[in-house]
Amino acid sequence: MSATEVALAIAVFLASTVEMVEALTIVLATGATRGWRSAIEGSAAGVALLAVLVGVVGVPLVHYVPIGTLRVVIGGLLLVLGLSWLRKAILRASGHQALHDEDRIYADTVAKLGGPAAGATRRDALGFVVSFKAVLLEGMEVVLIVLSLGTSAHLLGVAAASAAAAVILVGAAGLIVARQLSSIPENVMKMAVGVMLTSFGVFWVAEGTGLHWPGSDLAVPVLVAGFAGVTAIAVTGMRALVRPAVPRVAGALVDREGAAR
Amino acid sequence: MRSILRRAIVAFGRFWWGFLVGDTPELFVGTLLVVGAACLLRHDRVAGLSAVVVLTVVFLLASTYRGRGATRSVPGDDGPAG
Repeated sequence: MSATEVALAIAVFLASTVEMVEALTIVLATGATRGWRSAIEGSAAGVALLAVLVGVVGVPLVHYVPIGTLRVVIGGLLLVLGLSWLRKAILRASGHQALHDEDRIYADTVAKLGGPAAGATRRDALGFVVSFKAVLLEGMEVVLIVLSLGTSAHLLGVAAASAAAAVILVGAAGLIVARQLSSIPENVMKMAVGVMLTSFGVFWVAEGTGLHWPGSDLAVPVLVAGFAGVTAIAVTGMRALVRPAVPRVAGALVDREGAAR
Repeated sequence: MRSILRRAIVAFGRFWWGFLVGDTPELFVGTLLVVGAACLLRHDRVAGLSAVVVLTVVFLLASTYRGRGATRSVPGDDGPAG
């Protein structure tokens, strides 16, 4: 396998894992409240529709769009997506934004769907729709990443296989760990994916316009290392800008009331 | 039938607007500038590659700095970037 293939497979696998963990939280909450049959059927329908999208959109893209144009457009999409993920991961790692809390999302979903459960074997329309939507919405970003990376490098099969491996792994892990999804280091994975998508975006934008990188594909790991370094510096710098929260202690309130009197 | 089609088109447009622009329009504009710089400098390899990398880093840092402290979001309130 070339450096590009390895980096591409890792990027798609990590991105799919992050998105599927988010979907799994909702599917587990749906299963626990509305019944497992509908939750599993809804998830399966979502995954099937996503797989069809990859085939229907991806194959014509590879065969009919000129590779230079495809690489510029796809590189731009990867750059927007990668920079967004990276920005959010840096803000979360440096304490400027709250971390993604799977436990809280699980509790919120259970509270929203609370009511008479359909039981383990009966069908429940609400359970089906909620699971289907969760998988479809979270998976849409995975489809874009699979299509972007797969078509620009002409490695659609590798990208799709990496995403499928992540779906299977997260699904199996979900059965085992059930509600312990909050222990998955989601922000670290998000940061790694952001670094890789940004690196691929920069690589393909330049290649698509006719600017060739020294060392060809070997430039990808160099870009990954460079953007990882920039990210580490940004997290350190942004941590220094975090304002400490003002403690709302009883004494302060008493003092303020006393001053008012 | 027509209203279903209209709703589907609106939903499709909203998805792409949220995905490309969302709450970070500076990253979308930055990406357009990166692509533009690559096109303009495609005949000068060193300048072109340098511009692409430097502009990307500048827009990442500027957008991250812009987001400091302003959006202590509710966990799970993620938007298109997950």
